[in-house]
Amino acid sequence: MDAVQMVGITKQFGPLTANNKVDFELKKGEVHALLGENGAGKTTLMRILYGLYKPDFGEIRVNGKPVQINSPKDAIDNGIGMVSQHFTLVLPLTVAENVVLGFNPGMTLDPKQVNKTVEEAAKKFGIDVHPTALVRHLSVGERQRVEILKALYRNISVLILDEPTAVLVPQEVDMLFATLNRLRESGLSVIFISHKLYEVMTISDRITVLRDGKCIGTVNKKDTNERALARMMVGRDTFGVQRDSEPCSGKPLLKVQNISAMDKKGLLALKDVSLEVCEGEILGVAGVSGNGQAELASVLSGTLKPESGKVMLGDLEITHLDPASISKAGVGRIPEDRHAGVVGEMTVAENLALERLDDFLKNGMLDRKKIKDHAEAMIKEYQIKATPSIQTRKLSGGNMQKVILARALFTQPHMIIASQPTRGLDIGATEYVRHKLIEQRERGAAVLLISEDLEEVRSLSDRIAVIYEGRIVGILPCSDATEELLGLLMSGAREMANEA
Amino acid sequence: MKPNFRIVRSPAPGWFSALIPLLAIVVTFMITSVFIIIAGANPFEAYYYFLISPLTSKVGILEVLVKSTPLLLTGAAVTIAFASGYWNIGAEGQLYAGAVAAAWLGTALIGVPQPVAVLIMLIGGFIAGMLWALVPAILKVKLAVDEVVTTLLMNYVALFFVSALLNGPWRDPVSNWPQSPTILANTMMPKLLPPARLHFGFIIGILAVATVWFILSRTGLGLRMRSVGMGQEAARFMGVKVGRTMFITALISGGIAGLAGVTEVAGIHFHLIDAISPGYGYSGIIAATLGNLNPIGAGAASLFLGLISTGSQAVSRSLGVPSFLGDVVQSTLLLVTLAMFLLRNYTLRRVE
Repeated sequence: MDAVQMVGITKQFGPLTANNKVDFELKKGEVHALLGENGAGKTTLMRILYGLYKPDFGEIRVNGKPVQINSPKDAIDNGIGMVSQHFTLVLPLTVAENVVLGFNPGMTLDPKQVNKTVEEAAKKFGIDVHPTALVRHLSVGERQRVEILKALYRNISVLILDEPTAVLVPQEVDMLFATLNRLRESGLSVIFISHKLYEVMTISDRITVLRDGKCIGTVNKKDTNERALARMMVGRDTFGVQRDSEPCSGKPLLKVQNISAMDKKGLLALKDVSLEVCEGEILGVAGVSGNGQAELASVLSGTLKPESGKVMLGDLEITHLDPASISKAGVGRIPEDRHAGVVGEMTVAENLALERLDDFLKNGMLDRKKIKDHAEAMIKEYQIKATPSIQTRKLSGGNMQKVILARALFTQPHMIIASQPTRGLDIGATEYVRHKLIEQRERGAAVLLISEDLEEVRSLSDRIAVIYEGRIVGILPCSDATEELLGLLMSGAREMANEA
Repeated sequence: MKPNFRIVRSPAPGWFSALIPLLAIVVTFMITSVFIIIAGANPFEAYYYFLISPLTSKVGILEVLVKSTPLLLTGAAVTIAFASGYWNIGAEGQLYAGAVAAAWLGTALIGVPQPVAVLIMLIGGFIAGMLWALVPAILKVKLAVDEVVTTLLMNYVALFFVSALLNGPWRDPVSNWPQSPTILANTMMPKLLPPARLHFGFIIGILAVATVWFILSRTGLGLRMRSVGMGQEAARFMGVKVGRTMFITALISGGIAGLAGVTEVAGIHFHLIDAISPGYGYSGIIAATLGNLNPIGAGAASLFLGLISTGSQAVSRSLGVPSFLGDVVQSTLLLVTLAMFLLRNYTLRRVE
């Protein structure tokens, strides 16, 4: 008998069908991966199982019995727990308090007793956490373990993990997988949502692929491979981005010298950062989210003034220039948060013109024909699914990113600052953006690629700089940058990395 | 099975947005009827006097235009500010600043031909409004002080300043009332259709609305203003100088509001009094909001508010209800419209 059966699940959001007659079966004691591109309907399906959404049609059976799941509470009562991408922990409370929160019988709380039961539970499930530690002191990986323990503590038999590895460094991923293997042995069923093929092939027993809201099929891991899964996922063969990997021979164009900068909270986020990017080179900056990448991009884009240090573009110092002057100096900028890169309420044409507005004015008046012609040309050249007069917020993430790409690249900049350029995009759009960046490199531009996606950094960069707690902890040629080495550097294990 | 309805978050179709003003009026009618009945009148009859009777005579129509003149100006002033993300609540104070300038120029421009004198009056009022908007604008741009608070407080400063003037140096020497001396005939706004009160200020109001529309939708400055209003962070990223744009916006907005003070002094009262504005600056906020921060919409809303304001006097004359029912209707309309703008983001959907 299956632990969970979902039969003919259909869910519509307005005109969008997120799940279209999806069937899904979860066996007892298996790790079952739910694979698909962004927007394929994976999270929707699991949110239905966890009672966060109500399906329009379809049936859910738990241990063979049809059940109604109207809320997460119903789900937990049926033994189903979920750890979502965004953690729901109370930061100032301890691990133990977070674990029992909302699941503590009676009105009183005996801290000693709570710590003891949580510690026992942690031991039982083999999850390494300290019950008395404050959650706000924990790393992302540790917080995730608390979330998992919190779910297990509620006596669940089915655990849903929504893209659990998105926030982890490779070492933490290994620890997570070790935990999942232990849980599987103890008889728990795990649903593992992911769009990363190698992870799916590593951890799961069976894989169900979703595409455009439909179930494409369920396969056993041992009967399939990454290429076959990719084909199921996108409906065609994908080919990785190809490029020649000659070492950089150009002269250094961007020189960042001893930059220190504060973040929004007034804490030092960049500490004495120095690096150079050559013409015709892609320098990747790898690191776990929140280690100063955002501030580095802001300093180079002109939206954050550094405390000290110098940024040179060729012979021009751009340290204290405003964004408009930096753009005019020949820097194309792709911002980390694309919603902060375009004004959603304005039209595509207006967004494409605003950065270089002076070129689109006649005596201070908008040259509306020129703006529209420009937008039409960009839409054609960059294959944007949009019209010039549509509000930009109505575009999909991929098309919005293409608008930003078009705006950043049409002036043929010498230097490109690309910050998380493919975050949240599906495979098609991701490939497109990466090709465009390679194209810039071929053209002789210097490209600084800041990304949390290790695969991306490794497949695009000539050299890779690793940023950790606001410092560049290493710059190495791509050929030397193994995933293990990068992972060590990214998690701050400098000595170990040096040995390796 | 009983049909079931559910509220989902999805934008309403375009035709609904177009219907909002009409629906808002109907809902407002239903709500305010309660008060009209309490006041002892028949709501249908009251609404006839509110909305229809002013439009049945030439005199009535001209009076509506007179009443809407200052609202066209304050509405345009607030619209350009709000559309650019600068929350200028100070149109009332800026109006008073413009009125002070007009009362002073109106006694000083001796022997200047009327067209020139009126032009100087308007320029003077614009500058006075700008100056009154200057301090909050500097505080906002240089020190990030919330302009909602500063512009609002400047309104009270303006009111007390005027009061001090009228009870001190400017007290009318002839009547000894707290009002400034009557302005010179050559500085008065020409009447458009004598003997009706409608004056040149109405043309200025229409021009102000048209100018704000032109700036916002057709100029580079306007595109930059809108980008700041709709996405400050993205605008900054794209190289728009956010502080400078806000500063310019604040001054333009203050200047236009100052013009409203000129038209009231030089078109209606001919001297400065304490109660030169019964809150036109605040009604301008209502007009801008009802117009959904579109200058043309704000202009239409100003005309409508002028109608209600004229109508409320007709209601009070004919049915003996208090004339401030007009204010009640205005305020209710604002709240209902705001609620509808929110509801526009939701759709009622049938589920089995």
